Amino acid sequence: MTDTDLAIDVRHLAKRFGDRKVVKDLTLQVPVGQICGFLGANGSGKTTTIRMLCGLLTPDDGEGTCLGLDVRRDAMKLRTQVGYMTQKFSFYEDLTVAENLEFVARLYDIPNRDRAINEMLDRMGLVDRADQLAGQLSGGWKQRMALAACILHQPKLLLLDEPTAGVDPKARREFWDLIHEMAADGLTVLVSTHYMDEAERCHRIVYLADGRLIVQGSAEEVVAQAHISTWRATGHGVVEAAKLLRDAPGIESVAAFGQALHVSGTDRDAVAHALEPLQGRDDITVEETEPTLEDVFIHLLAASGTKTEHAA
Amino acid sequence: MISWKRFLAMLHKEFLQMRRDPGTIALTLAMPLVQLFLFGFAINADPKFLPTSLVSGDHSAYERTLTQALANSTYFRFHGPIGEEDAAKRLARGDAQFTLTVPPDFARQIDRGERPSVLLEADATDPSAIGNALAAITAINPTVLNRDLPDVLRAAPVKPPFDVVVQRKWNPENLTAYNIVPGLIGTILTFSMVVVTALAVTRERERGTMENLLAMPIRPLEVMLGKIVPYIVVGYVQISLILVIAALVFGVPMRGSLLLLLLGLGLFIAANLSVGFAFSTLARNQLQAMQMGVFFILPSILLSGFLFPFRGMPDWAQWIGEMLPLTHALRLVRGILLKGNTLADAAPHLWPLALFVFVVGAIAIRNYRETLD
Ligand SMILES: Nc1ncnc2c1ncn2[C@@H]1O[C@H](COP(=O)(O)OP(=O)(O)O)[C@@H](O)[C@H]1O
Ligand SMILES: [Mg+2]
Repeated sequence: MTDTDLAIDVRHLAKRFGDRKVVKDLTLQVPVGQICGFLGANGSGKTTTIRMLCGLLTPDDGEGTCLGLDVRRDAMKLRTQVGYMTQKFSFYEDLTVAENLEFVARLYDIPNRDRAINEMLDRMGLVDRADQLAGQLSGGWKQRMALAACILHQPKLLLLDEPTAGVDPKARREFWDLIHEMAADGLTVLVSTHYMDEAERCHRIVYLADGRLIVQGSAEEVVAQAHISTWRATGHGVVEAAKLLRDAPGIESVAAFGQALHVSGTDRDAVAHALEPLQGRDDITVEETEPTLEDVFIHLLAASGTKTEHAA
Repeated sequence: MISWKRFLAMLHKEFLQMRRDPGTIALTLAMPLVQLFLFGFAINADPKFLPTSLVSGDHSAYERTLTQALANSTYFRFHGPIGEEDAAKRLARGDAQFTLTVPPDFARQIDRGERPSVLLEADATDPSAIGNALAAITAINPTVLNRDLPDVLRAAPVKPPFDVVVQRKWNPENLTAYNIVPGLIGTILTFSMVVVTALAVTRERERGTMENLLAMPIRPLEVMLGKIVPYIVVGYVQISLILVIAALVFGVPMRGSLLLLLLGLGLFIAANLSVGFAFSTLARNQLQAMQMGVFFILPSILLSGFLFPFRGMPDWAQWIGEMLPLTHALRLVRGILLKGNTLADAAPHLWPLALFVFVVGAIAIRNYRETLD
């Protein structure tokens, strides 16, 4: 793979706020046309990393390029080719949808402005809402408008920071269909998310914990790399059993999935041993299962902090 | 029913929040202190030692005794003797408050009992600055010259052996509107320009739209100019309104060049906008921006010579006053509007404004970040 095939190619990025290191030694490569999912607990440094990638924050350490442009030196040029959708809605709530798009179009000096705006409104299904104030849109429509504004200048790299937080499932699905459509046309997308179904729709997943890149790869690769063993317990007794299991040696995470309990750990024998007391009970059935991506992330979350209780 | 516990919970929360925002507390405590200090020490509505140019007629003993007596009243501080033209210039530029002109044959006329007149020209553009001084000179002791007078003339005079002719220049009717109008132009511009710009930029930051703006290809100077230009227009509309009303309703004269006035005020607007922009780079939210604005405006109004005569303030207050754009704007507007100042007369008030714009603007631009760092 040559360097020009990499839309993002950064090495050893680091960022401090005061004396707190928020991003540590982060090396990341994303090939052109891929959708890369950015995962990690709140405060793990996702937003900070994304801001460094688009030149909004200057890295304290490390270097690299986005779209072949140096993230330190070519920040201004980079801005014309990157679309960045902020975590918090950051367009003008006192302007209408169309006015917001027009402002963006003027800033980027987009040719045939009116046509470009109308096409975008049409594509995003925003035509009926063009004259509504952005502040009065519901969450899903706001995200759509923000996305429309971010891709209006036809960026080659799209950075989306939790674009679907607080958006209903149908709107989320449509949002992702759009992203896949654009990726098929050669757009590279880096998207941070907390949703597993979204992570599974990414070509590649990057997991951050406490500012450090922990794992990356396709969903299958990430699951394989985690080296965890997972058991699934079902039955009436699981709620009360969960309390006992949480403190048992060898068990690193316990998570409830509806009526079932997923119990994971890196040491297969230790987990099996810890589960022995449940084997004989008639109100609980225990069986080993393939770990899912979600099991892996719950495990990673638990490993990066204390054991966490997690309800999916 | 009001619950004591819920009330305490609320009270507790408010105190916690108050502690998180020390700026507001500091301001609410500092504000009365500053006011007390300024009103108590700085502001003196009875200005003394007003600079007075002496245009000497005959350098006689009478003249010396007269100026000595006036100086002793503590209202006048003499400069000179200087030439007539110089004195006129000093008065026009505001370097002097009065010109005292003694006629050439003052001593001879007195000796002959002819009651000569001395002329006191006063810069009356701010009536409150000269009121007490004028009262002092008209109440001058009739026997002031007795020591020097020949015996025949000395016999218990009821009037001094000379006349004082007072000429209130530029505002003969002593109208306070003449002072209020320049003051209003200045204070209104200060208030709206500083606060509005500070808020306009801080609002972007507070609402999170700044991040988006920074992520797009736009330069700081473009943001700054784009924000500021609309308010420059607003500022000029305000000026025009005040000037039209001043002329039509209050009959304030427009003696100087309107163009010069508008250009000079442009500099003043720029000074205020640079302050507003500098505040916006420091303030984290709109409330702080507003507080900083108030903190700037209050001393501007009190120490610029608008509400209280500039020369009535102690030196340290005058020093602060000299650093405020409003002080120079007031002199500029009074000079051009009321005295018909030309560019040369106005220059001493223009360059401090330009310097202010340069320094504060540089600070603002230095503080403005193109990134979120
Ligand atoms: N401007 C800033 N100043 C100080 N600390 C910050 C700043 N931005 C982020 N942080 C801190 O850095 C850490 C990482 O934040 P962030 O990158 O937003 O994480 P994430 O997006 O993964 O939730 C957090 O603990 C946050 O409090
Ligand atoms: Mg974030």
